[in-house]
Amino acid sequence: MEALATGHLFALTGAVLVGLGLFGFITLRHALRQLLAVNVSGAGVFLMLGGLGRGAATTDPFPQALVITGIVVAVALTAFGAALILRQAEEDHAAKEDDERGGKT
Amino acid sequence: MSPLDLLVVAPLVFMVLSLLAGGWQRSLLALAIATMAALSVWLMTLDPGTAHVVGGWELPLGVLLRADGLAQMLVPAVTLTAGLTGLYALHQFAPESHASNAQTAAFWPLYYLMWSAANAAFLTTDLFNLYVTLEMASIAAVAMAAMGSVRAALRYLLIALLGSIFYLLGVALILSRYGTVDVTLLAGMAEADFATALALALMTGGLLVKAALFPLHGWLPPAHAAAPAPASALLSGLVVKIGFVITVRLWFEGLAAAATPAGLHVLGGIGALAILFGSLQAIRQESLKALVAYSTVAQIGYLFLAFPLIAGAGHAWAGLSFHAVAHMIAKAAMFLAAGLMLKAAAGPRIADLAGLARAMPLTVTAFGLAAVSLMGLPPSGGFSAKFLLVDAALRQGQAIHAAVMLIGGLLAAVYLFRPLAVAFSGSETPAVPAKAPSMVAAPLALALAALLLGFAGGPLAELATGGAPATVAQEPPPSLENTVKTASEDAQ
Repeated sequence: MEALATGHLFALTGAVLVGLGLFGFITLRHALRQLLAVNVSGAGVFLMLGGLGRGAATTDPFPQALVITGIVVAVALTAFGAALILRQAEEDHAAKEDDERGGKT
Repeated sequence: MSPLDLLVVAPLVFMVLSLLAGGWQRSLLALAIATMAALSVWLMTLDPGTAHVVGGWELPLGVLLRADGLAQMLVPAVTLTAGLTGLYALHQFAPESHASNAQTAAFWPLYYLMWSAANAAFLTTDLFNLYVTLEMASIAAVAMAAMGSVRAALRYLLIALLGSIFYLLGVALILSRYGTVDVTLLAGMAEADFATALALALMTGGLLVKAALFPLHGWLPPAHAAAPAPASALLSGLVVKIGFVITVRLWFEGLAAAATPAGLHVLGGIGALAILFGSLQAIRQESLKALVAYSTVAQIGYLFLAFPLIAGAGHAWAGLSFHAVAHMIAKAAMFLAAGLMLKAAAGPRIADLAGLARAMPLTVTAFGLAAVSLMGLPPSGGFSAKFLLVDAALRQGQAIHAAVMLIGGLLAAVYLFRPLAVAFSGSETPAVPAKAPSMVAAPLALALAALLLGFAGGPLAELATGGAPATVAQEPPPSLENTVKTASEDAQ
């Protein structure tokens, strides 16, 4: 009974995280915040997946293997997204400076 | 070893080599094209349904690679499209070219990564492995889009990430319900219960974002229009097909039990809207590349419009596979030709193309031939695809579907004739800088391939139906002549 309850705990927490992430993605406008919101949702999905392998006596390693792979993929994409956001910020900054210089002369 | 393994691994090896190659990109590309062409021919000779588990790990733990009719058509098409696009890109991203060095260094690894991701996506039946290939394709596609516009690429990345979350959520549900994520195993186990239907809906939602089906297409036109021409060709040709093929595998094979006729008709209806919306938007565009990008939104619609027709009479499955291949090749040809035309033109607008037909006849011919296939005029591959689909729709009494496809063809003629008419207008011949022969030849070869595809209609349709899932209407393999004959007999 307790094992069942903890199993549900993982799934329910995961669902809450997915929902929070989605809410954040829709309501937040800044790209960095949206990227973090997607990560919160991703953590929720990984929690659900991770909780699946939990049995009464033994633990099925298959879902865990998927979660590890998924986390690696998610980290890579987050780093890539962060680099893109940085590049965008640099471009915006340069464009703004150009505007100001153009305004003075 | 099996060609199935090698088709996925070889481009990854080339990806690593391209980082080390320095000035040897040309030789490396020649080696890659020869290798992939040989592997593709080997793949086409395999019996449909030949499968191979990676690393000897048996199902349900292992990852299955399988050569079914759809993969046997799409993987060689990827080889053709990516190979010729690579020859074009050689001059744009050559180490000695004037393009910035960072772009030159970045393009080739991304190019091979995308090639590997596309092959893996068309060959794998493991839903989690497909998630990984989706993300491989996303990284390569977003980075290529960022070479044009960082803003568009960032928008693309965020929406693609959200799509992945939905897809992965569906995969988690499937794993908890059935204990496996392999499509071939799921095909025998899946039941039409709430959990399966929910998982199917979640995964489809995520995949439709990646496939840019209306109304989830918003990221596509800015990203595809801003990217450099070879990148646009790969984005519109290859990447959007990945989401589509996975959707097909779910709806007609793995989770076919939960795919209700109502659901199929919803997808078909969205596809019809995509055709009309994408075409009308394409007509409104002033910039040439935006026009071609919106044409992709419209052409993706045909792929989904075919969904409700698959199980009924006719050869909708063959038409679907045919259209995916014809669009991949023709759209790559069109983006490459558009890239050359825009380099010669005064500006990005369609009005700037005046006189180009005299200055660069071969390139404008390539654009025109690609347009013939996209409009669905005979004898092109696009015609065979649309003929099979319209024929299936009429046999099943789906007059609206047939009408939308025909109207879509007319609208395509409207938006594609406009740049051609401008290119042929005027009396002056603008001076055009000389281009490397392979840069002119690549779009022309692709456009000719799209055209000639129509002549190989019968054998290709047979190839597509080989190893088709059980939900597809099993009729004797169609040959175009027979279909025409029966259609005219029906009419009498």
